[in-house]
Amino acid sequence: MSDHAPTGFIQKYIFSFDHKVIGVQYIVTGIIMALVAAALAALIRIQLTWSDSGLMQPETYLAVVTMHGTLMIFFVISLALVSGLGNLLIPLQIGARDMAYPLLNMLSYWIMVPACIIMIVSFFVPGGAAASGWTAYPPLSAVAEAVPGSGMGQTLWLLAMALFIVSFTMSGLNFIVTVLNMRAKGMTMRRMPLNIWMFFVSAVLGVLSFPALTAAAVLLLMDRHLGTSFYLPEGMIIGQEALDYAGGTPLLFQHLFWFLGHPEVYVIVLPAIGVAFEILTTYGRRRPFGYRTTVYSLVVIWFLSMIVWGHHMFASGMNPYLAEYFSISTVLITLPFAVVGVNLLATLWRSRIRFTTAMCFGLGLVSAVGLGGFGGLFLGTATSDVYLHETYFVVGHFHLMIGTVTFFALFGGIYHWFPKMFGRLMNERLGRIHFWMTCPAMLTIWVLMHLQGMGGLIRRYYDHGEFTYAEGLGGLNLPITLLGGVLMLGQFVFLWNFFKSAFAGEKSPDNPWDSTTLEWTTPSPPGHGNWQGPLPDADRDPYDYGPNDDGSDFVSQGSPQSA
Amino acid sequence: MSDRQDSATPRQNAGMARTLGWLFASAGVFVALGFLFRTWRPEVATVHGEIVDRVIDYLLVIVGIFIIAGHLVLGLWIVGSRNRDASTGNASRRAEVRVAIAVVLVMAIVSESGVIVLALPAWEQMYGDPPDDAFVVEVVGKQFGWIVRYPGEDGEFGAHYPEFVDDMDNPLGLDDEDEAAEDDIVIDGLMHLPVDRPIVVRLRSHDVLHSFTVVHMRVKQDVVPGLITSVQFEVTRTGDYEIACAELCGLGHYKMRGVLKVQSAADFASWIAEQETFQ
Repeated sequence: MSDHAPTGFIQKYIFSFDHKVIGVQYIVTGIIMALVAAALAALIRIQLTWSDSGLMQPETYLAVVTMHGTLMIFFVISLALVSGLGNLLIPLQIGARDMAYPLLNMLSYWIMVPACIIMIVSFFVPGGAAASGWTAYPPLSAVAEAVPGSGMGQTLWLLAMALFIVSFTMSGLNFIVTVLNMRAKGMTMRRMPLNIWMFFVSAVLGVLSFPALTAAAVLLLMDRHLGTSFYLPEGMIIGQEALDYAGGTPLLFQHLFWFLGHPEVYVIVLPAIGVAFEILTTYGRRRPFGYRTTVYSLVVIWFLSMIVWGHHMFASGMNPYLAEYFSISTVLITLPFAVVGVNLLATLWRSRIRFTTAMCFGLGLVSAVGLGGFGGLFLGTATSDVYLHETYFVVGHFHLMIGTVTFFALFGGIYHWFPKMFGRLMNERLGRIHFWMTCPAMLTIWVLMHLQGMGGLIRRYYDHGEFTYAEGLGGLNLPITLLGGVLMLGQFVFLWNFFKSAFAGEKSPDNPWDSTTLEWTTPSPPGHGNWQGPLPDADRDPYDYGPNDDGSDFVSQGSPQSA
Repeated sequence: MSDRQDSATPRQNAGMARTLGWLFASAGVFVALGFLFRTWRPEVATVHGEIVDRVIDYLLVIVGIFIIAGHLVLGLWIVGSRNRDASTGNASRRAEVRVAIAVVLVMAIVSESGVIVLALPAWEQMYGDPPDDAFVVEVVGKQFGWIVRYPGEDGEFGAHYPEFVDDMDNPLGLDDEDEAAEDDIVIDGLMHLPVDRPIVVRLRSHDVLHSFTVVHMRVKQDVVPGLITSVQFEVTRTGDYEIACAELCGLGHYKMRGVLKVQSAADFASWIAEQETFQ
């Protein structure tokens, strides 16, 4: 070891270079942002269920919807799941002492912090927070007169997103370099845990696609503040006033946005599936079904996910023949994704399951992948999407994929790797209560929203009472909201469990789950540099489960290969 | 050697396997029941809409089978795991490859062929060249309403300029020196259409993005400032319908409602003859 462990509180816990501390920082920050985003979700549900309660004005509602989506996607899931678990696990699972660039890592986190603060502060500026949806389509997001939140709130939103992108891209680069260069002796690419594969591909996708959003945001800022017209055409009239723009088109923004937006889905879903493979193998006592077919499928998904963005734009006014191409390529991506999903399911075949909280969430995740994945077929097919586009079918669908699959992975991952964060175990009793209050409610909510969407119910509406077609669909709002209440209460159980266990939980042994991957050969919690002695060699496959001569049922990846 | 920290006893574990297993096993059936509970879609009122519905029905059946079967397998494997002392026998590499190939083939057949055989022909019908005798009408979206314009007897839409726009007297900014504009008919928030005749709606926006949506007609087309988009359909039933906006457009998005009345050809002809022209 070349460097010494830091001793001061500030170097150790605040401006830490240690990937584990940074990982926990991301997770805790994500939890705090999740509290805000969940409170916004509660406001949305109350408004939809009791529309004439006068709880809020339409402009507040739009700001709430916009910020709920933005916070959940970028500042909760991307933060806690991708950056949080990624930082914690990548060095531990590949047998490295830290990330390749610890200083950059620290900076990534500390650039994220102001982004979070700016997002929160934007609620309190004149006009309120951004109100143009998490997609921020111009002209609504470009012209201040179009909607109150399109003033200062939108500027702060763009600024916070820019900081987020800087942080997330630096973090992604760090992931890529670390995985490529820092693997333990013997850890060939084909011996990497599937989790590492998933985080690796996710990072590559993020680094390739986020620059498009950066460009989109810069051009939007210029349209807003420097009088350019990248997204604004001639002849716009707002409030009887003809605006002085010419030559742009809103479609440009949509292409740039979804060039990121669709890969972003995979950026956050792939790590979730990686986590699921770790959980299902450990508690099912099995090798993953189809390690190789999963990796090959992953590479295909990686490529295809970058050329399907147009399926978000079937009704946008782009050339309809382009939609035919995007429809075919989108449905094509279901092929490798179905292979991954089936492999996940088949990992349970002939397993002997131990029902820890982590495993329960892992099983819920498999169900969510099925429900969400197949729902995507309706939306990827342009002809059916024309009916379902911008309805609650879409809302239900993406909440399953990037809301439920990811949250279940995050929860499962936290229960599973808690010993490597704090050296302690989370309380399993509370964990089970958390699971039972979360999984059934969450899955049911999104299925009910699919039904509303099948009825044509349009999303982002402050009140559906103006339309007669929606009359029979509002009845589902109450059960959804009540289930949402159960879901929300359950999260307080989790919060209590998380913070109490972090300080006063039962001390964990080094390998509490009899798991095979390298992180379980470190002490709990791992100290500075992760391994006290020399780094382990990865002499085996990552998932060597099954009965052994000595009565155990696993062999660590770090165990020497016997003759 | 093993520091395993499972708090659950074997009995508790078996109990969880049963509860959770049967719950997951039946989950797919519950989802299917939700979709079968009632016909969620309002009755279709266009020719192409019937094909859209057929594509949705096809996907509902196929996806329903996958979801029911997948959850059954998931649940039964969970239930079955309770009797095992240890996991048994890993799958061979060959089996893994076979499963992957089978999955790819099945998905390619049911999903890609669904798209190519069923869905794309409908897409052609919705976006191919409209027939010559199609009835053309213009709808302009603005915060927060729909303005409808008929070309009048000459069949031509007159010129318009943003600087002429006046919400009270000339909401579309028509040019009063253009002859083609003279017989144009401009109506705020109300559209009449003839039944059983191909319709082309040409769409413009004055300000931000909107999306012209008629749920019963399976019609949804974004309205984009700076572009003229269009959508075509043929209505099969007379009656009253609603035009909604499906693209977030600001505070009044939720009440951007227009009324659409579909009439027989004769009724429509007499209605339009009574309408006031631009000049």
